[in-house]
Amino acid sequence: MLTRFNAFNAVSLALGIAFLHLPIALLVVFSFNESKLVTVWGGFSLKWYGALLHNEALLGAAWVSLKVAVTSSTLATVLGTLAGLALARYPRFAGRALFAGMVSAPLVMPEVITGLALLLTFVGLSLDRGFTTITLAHVTFTMCFVTMVVKARLAGFDRSVEEAAMDLGCSPFKTFFVITLPLIAPAVASGWLLAFTLSLDDLVISSFTTGPGATTLPMLIYSQARLGVNPQINAVSTLLLGVISAAVLLATVLETRANRRRERETAAA
Amino acid sequence: MSTAASLTAARKPAWTPWADPAARPYVRLQNIVKRYGAHAAIDELSLDIFQGEFFALLGPSGCGKSTLLRMLAGFTEPTSGRILLDGEDVAAVPPYRRPVNMMFQSYALFPHMTVEDNIAFGLKQDGVARAEIRARVDEVVQMVQLGPFVKRKPHQLSGGQCQRVALARSLVKRPKLLLLDEPLGALDKKLREQTQFELMDIRAKLGMTFVIVTHDQAEAMTMASRIAVMDHGRIVQVGTPAELYEYPETRYVAGFLGDVNLLEGRVVDNADGLVAVESPHGGRLAVRSHGEVLPGSQAWVAVRPEKLSLSTASPATDVANSVSGRVWDIGYLGNLSVYHVRLDSGQTLVSVQTNQTRLIERPIGWDDRVYLSWDPHAAVLLTH
Repeated sequence: MLTRFNAFNAVSLALGIAFLHLPIALLVVFSFNESKLVTVWGGFSLKWYGALLHNEALLGAAWVSLKVAVTSSTLATVLGTLAGLALARYPRFAGRALFAGMVSAPLVMPEVITGLALLLTFVGLSLDRGFTTITLAHVTFTMCFVTMVVKARLAGFDRSVEEAAMDLGCSPFKTFFVITLPLIAPAVASGWLLAFTLSLDDLVISSFTTGPGATTLPMLIYSQARLGVNPQINAVSTLLLGVISAAVLLATVLETRANRRRERETAAA
Repeated sequence: MSTAASLTAARKPAWTPWADPAARPYVRLQNIVKRYGAHAAIDELSLDIFQGEFFALLGPSGCGKSTLLRMLAGFTEPTSGRILLDGEDVAAVPPYRRPVNMMFQSYALFPHMTVEDNIAFGLKQDGVARAEIRARVDEVVQMVQLGPFVKRKPHQLSGGQCQRVALARSLVKRPKLLLLDEPLGALDKKLREQTQFELMDIRAKLGMTFVIVTHDQAEAMTMASRIAVMDHGRIVQVGTPAELYEYPETRYVAGFLGDVNLLEGRVVDNADGLVAVESPHGGRLAVRSHGEVLPGSQAWVAVRPEKLSLSTASPATDVANSVSGRVWDIGYLGNLSVYHVRLDSGQTLVSVQTNQTRLIERPIGWDDRVYLSWDPHAAVLLTH
């Protein structure tokens, strides 16, 4: 049923969008502000973006964030895909319910607790805190998102395709790489992008598990904002926003296209 | 139904290795049991299939026929029993090491590969040289007439074309044994009938052994050299289509292959293979039987609808079997007319008559009193 778009709908939509996105819009707008004062519009300028290029601390933090995000999301994708396979493929194994619950627990676990627990673990293992510990921590909390996406894709997977490959002489191990993986690739890729964005903007868990010399971009933004808002922060936040939006958009496009293709395939079969 | 029966009758059964005690079976299933918990999906099943056969496993869904096929392919391991393929026990051999290929009911084409790559997949796994792969793929593509579609992906094909790709893919490795799981189930009637004959031609041309699973008795009768009728994980009867149709051993087989009229009664006399049955539906009936039947035992006289002759005039007194009733329903199928006749006992018999003249006015109409008669040789005596 199609309802006509009326004034009431228009107002509620506008209010909803404003409530969600006005603060972000303000941040973006003021990143192009000529004035040094954050709340006074002094005309359009790109000077704060230019200044970023000379801010060693910011560039360094951005580089750390990027390295952590790429490494942790890649590891999380491998582990998350394997966990998703185990959950989707083996309907019964000892401790399955426990495993399923534990894989998805980080989705609802308070970040402070995850962060604290990880910190205690790293201290207990006498791991030097820094790049490695942040990366491991990010793998821990992003893996479940990959598992969810992969598991959902495998739920609608026709297993006779894999059986056909084995019937034609392909070993189970090789079947995974030439048949299963190509078919779930869109889900794996969107899982990676999701893990990447979550890692890129994480503050709480990073703060708990960081060490000297490993300051991520959100951590730097937060500490600088406490000292007074600098328009450079607006600019770098806008850039971060752009990267994350692009990643999420790409993940959505991948999923939608894969879904559409699957519908076409089922319609044809 | 009657078309399928006449086809099998026309085939001369000159080649019958199953009747030769010296012939070595190609596939031997020995005392196969498959249990899921307490439920036995396959229950002490033994079966021999000979090289070059087109063997059909026929039965309703859940009878275990697909489980049996998956065991031959290697996807399911029997709980106990032996599977011998060309003399070698393959029960523990995984599917990717068996010289057996399967055509899946869902076709199971690889959606991310072209038709060509789908067909070539099996040969690539065996490390066959590129030039030979080309040649052999081309050969099967010709055989199943897929020439113009080789560069397409499965989702760009019709159901019938997908079916051909699946067939080509399973044929290209020239397996010793080809398994077909309801291969024609998704096709429409015309295409299905046409493909049945193509499958028979392909089997004959390549000289392979085919085992097909189907729930469609007409399909099994058209294509198969022999049929195993299954029920509840067991084989009820094995035989050629004509044997099963003309000499069913149980009411289940009689009713599964084609339509049958069953008249229940009690054996009163057995002299020289001519058994007399006293039935509440038609008095004293005579039927030829070579089996052991004891007077006094319960029995059913089974007669196929096309073997009943129908007339409005009372038959001569020397006719062995005759019952009378009123015409209850008439179904006109063009080539045939189906008459449902309600006997005085209340049971309904079905009689099929070929329409040998053009019907403008029916010689027999609703509510007419009619007589159904048949020869003692036309009926079968069933005891269970």
